[in-house]
Amino acid sequence: MDMEFSPEDLAFQQEVRTFIAENYPADLRGKQDEGDELSKEDFLSWHRILYKKGWVAPAWPVEYGGTGWTPTQRFIFSEETARADCIRLMPFGLAMVGPVIYTFGTPEQKARFLPRILSGEDWWCQGYSEPGAGSDLASLRTVAVPDGSDYIVNGQKTWTTMAQHADWGFFLVRTDKDAKQQEGISFLLIDMKSPGITVRPIITLGGEHEVNEVFLEDVRVPQAQRVYEENKGWTCAKFLLAHERTGIAGVAASKRGVEKVKEIARTEVDGDKPLLQNAFFKRKIAELEIDLTALEFTELRSLAGPNAGKGPGPESSLLKIKGSEIQQRLTELTLEAVGHYGAPYFRGFGDGDNEHPIGPDYAHRAAPTYFNVRKTTIYGGSNEIQRNIIAKMVLGL
Amino acid sequence: MDFTYTDTQDMIRDTLSRFLADTYDFETRQKFIASDDGRDPAIWTALAQELGMLGASFSEDHGGLGGGALENAIIMEELGKVLGIEPYLPTVVIAGGALKAVGGAQADKYIPEIIAGNMIVAFAYAEPQGRYDLANLKTSAKKDAAGYVLNGHKSVVYAAPWASHLLVTARTGGGQRDREGVSLFLIDANLPGIVRRDYPTVDGSRASEIYFENVAIPAEALLGGEGAGLPLIEQIVDEATVAVCAEATGVMQKLHEGTLEYTQQRKQFGIPIAKFQVLQHRMVDMFMEVEQARSMTIMGTLKLGLSADERKAAVSAAKNKVARGAKFVGQNAIQTHGGIGITQELAIGHYFKRATMIEGQFGSADYHIDRFEQLTLAA
Repeated sequence: MDMEFSPEDLAFQQEVRTFIAENYPADLRGKQDEGDELSKEDFLSWHRILYKKGWVAPAWPVEYGGTGWTPTQRFIFSEETARADCIRLMPFGLAMVGPVIYTFGTPEQKARFLPRILSGEDWWCQGYSEPGAGSDLASLRTVAVPDGSDYIVNGQKTWTTMAQHADWGFFLVRTDKDAKQQEGISFLLIDMKSPGITVRPIITLGGEHEVNEVFLEDVRVPQAQRVYEENKGWTCAKFLLAHERTGIAGVAASKRGVEKVKEIARTEVDGDKPLLQNAFFKRKIAELEIDLTALEFTELRSLAGPNAGKGPGPESSLLKIKGSEIQQRLTELTLEAVGHYGAPYFRGFGDGDNEHPIGPDYAHRAAPTYFNVRKTTIYGGSNEIQRNIIAKMVLGL
Repeated sequence: MDFTYTDTQDMIRDTLSRFLADTYDFETRQKFIASDDGRDPAIWTALAQELGMLGASFSEDHGGLGGGALENAIIMEELGKVLGIEPYLPTVVIAGGALKAVGGAQADKYIPEIIAGNMIVAFAYAEPQGRYDLANLKTSAKKDAAGYVLNGHKSVVYAAPWASHLLVTARTGGGQRDREGVSLFLIDANLPGIVRRDYPTVDGSRASEIYFENVAIPAEALLGGEGAGLPLIEQIVDEATVAVCAEATGVMQKLHEGTLEYTQQRKQFGIPIAKFQVLQHRMVDMFMEVEQARSMTIMGTLKLGLSADERKAAVSAAKNKVARGAKFVGQNAIQTHGGIGITQELAIGHYFKRATMIEGQFGSADYHIDRFEQLTLAA
């Protein structure tokens, strides 16, 4: 047992650092530092740079375009990209539908979709949640009825992140109304330009347009775009959710977040001293940092421990619960740290807006981010649902 | 990076766990902790001679198995699972750790004796006024022609009634809280002038108040440099701290398992209480604390070899997290058991008592987060 990086790992770490330093777009760095909202083009520019380098999908098998990195190398890569404040790539193609397609898809589906996910040509969104269903995913009501070689799909999805930009969506639909809840569901890939699809924005508490409602009215979808067997979509859904959960532990990003909160607390003044010398505030940061270390080593144990390589099991729910709680505590501390300057409200100071925000640069996103990040304990199966999963699958209750 | 155990480490765990399953069931333990001596000496002998356990963390040159802190953690976790009161921590982890650190003739003399099971060492470091400050010492060792003369009062010295030797911290110079002037001595426990008041502890062990009254000790009892012992003492206490984190992991695992088992048997309103979601979520939260205690123990253990500041920060992070987790798991195990949880009859309450003592052992959660902050959060 050891935590040491081998000489090869250290060389790899240096290679990643150099690559980021030389290739990460300067304008993106600026936006990231200011905490501005990022555009589709912002996400895609970094995506394409990593694609060109062959590093866009480290977790994929080599035969489909993965890097063949060891778990340690993948850990190093996510540490380094977080350390350098690189934006996180959209997970919907790379981390979610991609693995479902290469695991369950037909040769035709793999050939058609995987290369375009890697290159960034297709922007994907996820059609899972429905109004009234939420974390009780299996109660979904969107239906797909066979019609010749197609399905006719009707229903409504919600909380569909970044659907306003999406070329494709992966949808869970009901194909057998009479089967038991989880047995009549199928996994469909749907062209978002299909007639009958309407995307309507939902504006969240921070003022962002991140999520949408998606309406499907008599949308015609070729059955060839169904992944895996009809009525067996739940298998794909569960597989995908376990993958998603590992990603959203977000350890590397939270480590960077702790450093940022510390920087703020060194700058902000409380009485005649830096806020970081306030015993109560300091204690909260220290506790957060220790909890993050516990999460990090729990994740490392799952990456480089005896179960390494066996894929994410129900234990990944632990990483989701603790990771999301820590992300929330981070935004809470940031908002607390900026004091009065958490209050001014800004809209649309992105591209083309010259007005300088009120207060320090690190302050103006503190409140919107705090509001936005309340989502982490809700999405991907709420933390209550994750506890149900551990209770059932790990503890056998 | 690699978080798997070696075959030898797996073998140590399996051997010990099989031995303890045969010899250390809860009823048997309760019988011998209630006896006059408070322990069964045959177990210590068996650990040494039949199992070779006491040599696991020592080098092969001294007759050990060539392991170190990880082997200590494995053994402490297994002892935690059975509420073992065997003095492995003070004898092997602490005294053994000090001897490994100083090396030389003292290591050559004593380590084989520890491995053979001939020596039990108690660690006399705490004093009534000192709380968790290792340098806050009134006990003095004054140099004279033959060696040193020891005077002072050491409090709550675990395993002292069984000890053949004492590992003692004392001032050879400086003021009561100075970092300089602290020395470490390994002495015979039965020297004239040593007065003990023995008592049982709430977690089933035995301890003593020890008074040194002009105790003459030989010069060669000094471990390390005179007056420069604090870094060594801090190092061995850090090693001991992660070792009790490992023990806590075993204790917490049993508290959790016991609670799972109980809630599946106990019925209320016509169904097993394990079916209630509010209890399921509580047991999931306990599970997460156990897993994170295990992660932090491994983290702390693996960082023992780093620079003093990195080591201290890591050990304090581990102890803080484990102490908070032990409190959470212990208190919720009792709550979930209901009334039966607060009786002497069930093992669960005894695990809770040990978990509670570990919270404060070698520094509370607050003490360790303070130390962590001083090392990592300079403004």
